[in-house]
Amino acid sequence: MTSNNRAIKKSMAGIFTGRFFLYLFLIMLAILCFTPFYMMIINATRSTQQINLGVSLLPSKALIDNYKTMMNSLNIWRGFSNSLIIAIPSTILSGYFGALTAYAFSKFRFRGNRILFWAVLGTMMIPAQLGIVGYYQLTVKLHLIDTYWALILPTIASAATVFFLKMYIDANVDYALIEAARVDGSSEFRTFNKIVLPIAMPGIATMCILNFMFSWNNYFTPLVLLFDKNKFTLPILITLVKGTFKQNLGSQYLAVTIAVVPILIAFTIFSKYIIGGIAAGALKE
Amino acid sequence: MNQRKFSFKTNNYGYIFLLPFFITFLALQLYPILNTLYLSFTNLSTANPQGDFIGFGNYIRLFTDKFFIQSIGNTWRIWIFNFIPQLIFAVGLAAILTRDKIRGKSFFRGVYFLPNLVTAASVGILFNVLLGWKDGSINNILVALHIIGEEAKIHFLAKPVWISSSVSVILWWMWFGHSMILFMAAMIAVPRDLYDAAAVDGANAWNSFWKITLPQIRPIMVYVLVTSLIGGLNNFDIPYVMGEGQNLGVGGPMKSILTMVMHLYNTAFTGGRQRGYGAAIAFALFIIVLIFSLIIFRVMYRGRDTENTKGV
Repeated sequence: MTSNNRAIKKSMAGIFTGRFFLYLFLIMLAILCFTPFYMMIINATRSTQQINLGVSLLPSKALIDNYKTMMNSLNIWRGFSNSLIIAIPSTILSGYFGALTAYAFSKFRFRGNRILFWAVLGTMMIPAQLGIVGYYQLTVKLHLIDTYWALILPTIASAATVFFLKMYIDANVDYALIEAARVDGSSEFRTFNKIVLPIAMPGIATMCILNFMFSWNNYFTPLVLLFDKNKFTLPILITLVKGTFKQNLGSQYLAVTIAVVPILIAFTIFSKYIIGGIAAGALKE
Repeated sequence: MNQRKFSFKTNNYGYIFLLPFFITFLALQLYPILNTLYLSFTNLSTANPQGDFIGFGNYIRLFTDKFFIQSIGNTWRIWIFNFIPQLIFAVGLAAILTRDKIRGKSFFRGVYFLPNLVTAASVGILFNVLLGWKDGSINNILVALHIIGEEAKIHFLAKPVWISSSVSVILWWMWFGHSMILFMAAMIAVPRDLYDAAAVDGANAWNSFWKITLPQIRPIMVYVLVTSLIGGLNNFDIPYVMGEGQNLGVGGPMKSILTMVMHLYNTAFTGGRQRGYGAAIAFALFIIVLIFSLIIFRVMYRGRDTENTKGV
């Protein structure tokens, strides 16, 4: 009896230390993920001299000085609004036309439906960089080079959005509902706008968040297509930081902080949608 | 008869609804790709704005372009040293967070995913500052923890080995949480009774992980592998920002982090703007991606066949 008890106690202790190291590992990894952001925020409040002297875990008082230095040579807020001017229409267009295309694939039995859908799937495998030289030439020809249109218009054809929303509409929009609308004399276009769109809204919202983030974070295409400094998006502007304030580290950190913190806030609000959307997109494959 | 006519007509609305997507796709995506293919056979550049047809000249030039050849090696090296640890961490953590009763599960999931959300350009600049030599915070932390001495500070951004591995570590840091989420979703979908049956047969957690979990999540494994390969071979943002910001010339010290897309960008959109040759680089890169994606799919389908015959 006692030896039995001892054995149980021993294995309990083993489980306990195992759990302890498991949690230690998970927490260390979490610290590793968050520390660079934490140091970024702290260093944004410190002067270059303080940063040179060593690490600190507590903020200092140089935030306003850093901000003034930064704003003198680089208008980060303009980059912010430029990024929004591109990201918002891109998000709306990809969401609306993605849903319309997905609805056509999901509920209409026309010839070539399957083949065209497979064609859409195929384009998901093609990296954006492949056609960049041809796209550059095209935008020059159409006088869209160095305009936001060159970045916004292609989002009408977002293959990933169509793919995800077709699955969503397959599962959530009942064909009987569309039939009923037809009997009531609703036009096909009206049926889509008034009935299908509202039902598919949770799926559309998920894709919109992902598309917004993609547009917001996009660096390569704007770098190729925009020349005017006043039109630069936030990621491009951020990369100019290093050259602009060569020796002012605090301002460099502050500029990056301003670019990153809104994303961190948005993530804490939308994390469920974001994580759910990413996982669902892969699972349906 | 009437009924059929009605349904034929309504079903044709499908075409109308597809129009905006396919017009955009054909004009702004497919046409540029085909045009790129055509341009890859010309010598279009600032010096030759008309672009004369030169046959396979650009593709032959690829084999003698030492920067291009170096960039292939760099791109693969950076991707592999990020992907192997990424896969191990992602699968391991997903198994821990889905099977064990862990407190704060969604907290860990969120924090591990966090680095993935931030603009790669910002991450590149952030680490460019953090990895500084005399004034970088990472060196300062290493000194404070007595891991290295004050004089032994590492010149992360100036040594080819250090900057290349730094880029791999940053990519690992950005992507293991993302892959973990995909594996978690796949693991949750594995039917419970498979594990119950294995437990009855006396399998422990370790055995059922290898015998049940891994085979069951193979489709996601392939998805992660292929998407990571495509993303990895098209790697641009972080190495570009890290190399350029340091004023060491684009591509880092001794071009050690010059990737294929960076070489494409430098060739086609800076200096002499050799867009014809840049187009050839783009297609060479595409062919490499295509070959390796097909190999991965082949391996997966062969695996599936043996599984089926085993089942029979």
